[in-house]
Amino acid sequence: MTKTKIATKGLDWSYAPAPESADHFQLKGQYGLFIGGKFFPASSGKRFPTINPATEKILAHVAEAGAKDVDQAVRAARVAYEKVWRKMPGRERGKYLYRIARILQERARELAVVESMDGGKPIRESRDVDIPLAAAHFFYHAGWADKLGYAFPGKMVQPLGVVGQIIPWNFPLLMVAWKVAPALACGNTVVLKPAETTPLTALLFAEICQEAGLPDGVFNCITGAGATGAALVNHAGLDKVAFTGSTDVGKAIQKSLAGRSTKLTLELGGKAANIIFEDAAIDQAVEGIINGIFFNQGHVCCAGSRLLVQESVEKEVVAKLKARMAHLIVGDPLDKNTDIGAINSKGQRDRIRDYLKFGQEEGAELFQTSCSIPQKGYFIRPSFFTKVAQSHRIVQEEIFGPVLAIQSFRTLDEALEKANNTPYGLSGGVWTDKGAKIFKVTRGIKAGVIWANTFNKFDPSSPFGGYKESGYGREGGRHGLRAYLECL
Amino acid sequence: MSRSRSKNKGARLDVRKTYKMLMGGAFVRSESGRALDVEGPGGKWLGYVCRASRKDFRNAVVAARKAVAGWSNTTAYLKGQILYRAAEMLEGRASGFREVLQSTGLSSAVAQAEVSAATDLLVYYAGWSDKFLQIFGSVNPVSSPHFNFSVTEPMGVVAYVAGEKRPLLDLVAGLAPIVVGGNAVITLSTGRAAVAAMELGEVLATADFPPGVINLLCGLREELVGQMATHMDVNALVTQAGDSKETAMCRQACALNLKRFFPRESISKGDEDPYRILDTMEIKTTWHPVGG
Repeated sequence: MTKTKIATKGLDWSYAPAPESADHFQLKGQYGLFIGGKFFPASSGKRFPTINPATEKILAHVAEAGAKDVDQAVRAARVAYEKVWRKMPGRERGKYLYRIARILQERARELAVVESMDGGKPIRESRDVDIPLAAAHFFYHAGWADKLGYAFPGKMVQPLGVVGQIIPWNFPLLMVAWKVAPALACGNTVVLKPAETTPLTALLFAEICQEAGLPDGVFNCITGAGATGAALVNHAGLDKVAFTGSTDVGKAIQKSLAGRSTKLTLELGGKAANIIFEDAAIDQAVEGIINGIFFNQGHVCCAGSRLLVQESVEKEVVAKLKARMAHLIVGDPLDKNTDIGAINSKGQRDRIRDYLKFGQEEGAELFQTSCSIPQKGYFIRPSFFTKVAQSHRIVQEEIFGPVLAIQSFRTLDEALEKANNTPYGLSGGVWTDKGAKIFKVTRGIKAGVIWANTFNKFDPSSPFGGYKESGYGREGGRHGLRAYLECL
Repeated sequence: MSRSRSKNKGARLDVRKTYKMLMGGAFVRSESGRALDVEGPGGKWLGYVCRASRKDFRNAVVAARKAVAGWSNTTAYLKGQILYRAAEMLEGRASGFREVLQSTGLSSAVAQAEVSAATDLLVYYAGWSDKFLQIFGSVNPVSSPHFNFSVTEPMGVVAYVAGEKRPLLDLVAGLAPIVVGGNAVITLSTGRAAVAAMELGEVLATADFPPGVINLLCGLREELVGQMATHMDVNALVTQAGDSKETAMCRQACALNLKRFFPRESISKGDEDPYRILDTMEIKTTWHPVGG
């Protein structure tokens, strides 16, 4: 192992490797599809490898579900819905969710390590954010299961039926929790398709459902890529589709559901502006920018991927940002010192590289830190662009990587104008010590989640979701339940 | 058709009415210069109404977009009072509306009931103005040192296609929950219902809604619904009484900019429903640290 060297004035600070061990569990060589409470190979016999993006080594082979497997999963979910789950008192449903929450806590270490191996995110994040939040989501929604009558005053509520859910690769297990916990709490049954690059924790979650004794067919997990997802969306047996992913795919799903009564909620892309005013606590704001764009390699739909900084403090902020970025450690996701892990896949790494190219071609100025990165695996140095115009692709389009676009502004109105000038509206940030200004800006940003003097915070009780082309529907909190209930 | 016949029993010639659309606070004809004949039952001619063009709809969107910032920042108390004033204006013209509705084929009793229900519905939604946020918003008990709350915010510009069976009530039931939330609305009324809609414009224009908050178009449904669904600066589309083909088309077209789409059935039991307000609201959640 190489030591990570950090360049600091006059001092040579080096971090010794501090790898999290992966010897306390054993991955299986192969994983099947989880249908009706049991694991099966794909009916076609097809399977695909899932690799560790930090080492490019194969972790396991996973079954690739075809239309026939999807059909079986939807049927299993339907049977479970009609015969078991919809009839079960909410209190009992809730107890299953509590059990699942507890097992997630008990197997937290294993889940965190697998998450980092399969997806490339730093162990510190999977250990401290993804897995605890996933457990918290089950704990939170477990308590709703027998209290749904209080969620929407004046309305009678009932479950929708069978829900098809498609989730992305950036927070694999956390997205399982965001989708599955409210769906089950509300009395629906689920067919889930995890992303093809990060199926492992969803499959471990299927094992956890077995351990919890969850009735067969209440949760089903089918692995595969886009074709599997399309087969799921196009299955006539679904009452609802919930999708988290890119705006393009979300739009395509809405189009393909036209003419059907299948309900839909979408949690899509974002291009959040982090707005720093001259009266902000600058050091805290710089930490916020770092967290906003480099958390999870920037693979975050609500990432603060645009920095809007007031002209009077632009130089100071950019200088401090550079200094802070120089301390970011890019490398082995399993190392507890790592700040930025591996880019999730080769495809995504190439996409980010393309945007680094587009940005320069369009006339923006690229800055990247000079940190060492591993020879093997997919890594990108923390990057930002200055001399950026509002029309640049790196301002308008979601890059989904550790790449920040920096613009300046003079007045509050200009900041809001720029912040809102993208098709997206998922999140936003504001940094100022003036209370009245906070409220003006948080009201003015057209987005579903606003962080004031903080960024990238999540909680099961806090509704999450977008305005405009960032999708519709909310996840989390009382508001999130509406996505999985019929209100009569 | 008997458009030449005028009620000229005595010496005085009656003054006919020209129905105009309400757009940006002004009464306008279609920019296209086109008009539609409206016939009552038995072929009785009721008059001309505008046949709004796609360009009219685009103009209405511009007017509505201009109005959004001001209206959404109007206090809930004032919004409620303006809706209540609309009810007052409607009540004051109840007998006129009864006649108009009867001329379009409603029985005297049904016309009476519809005018009363429409008036009461305005009062109903006026009352929600400063209350729905307390029902639909929340303070969220996050497990970190943050103050976290969720509020409703209007989506912005909403298009609404009214049904024809309840010429006045469908229109009021659609637009009241949309505007009370702080949205600007562009409505489309068709067939005989257009006459009542244009009459309602005169009520709404005197209720103190800022110009552009409510824009009333009339024309042909099949000509304009597609435009409403595809327009990139419309945030939501609500349709009443659309057939399955139209609903499928709208859902597909709304994917273009992910405008929110709410198809509703023709006759609704749920005219009085605060969740109708919620349909065209977004939920915004704000975090702030709690500390020294």
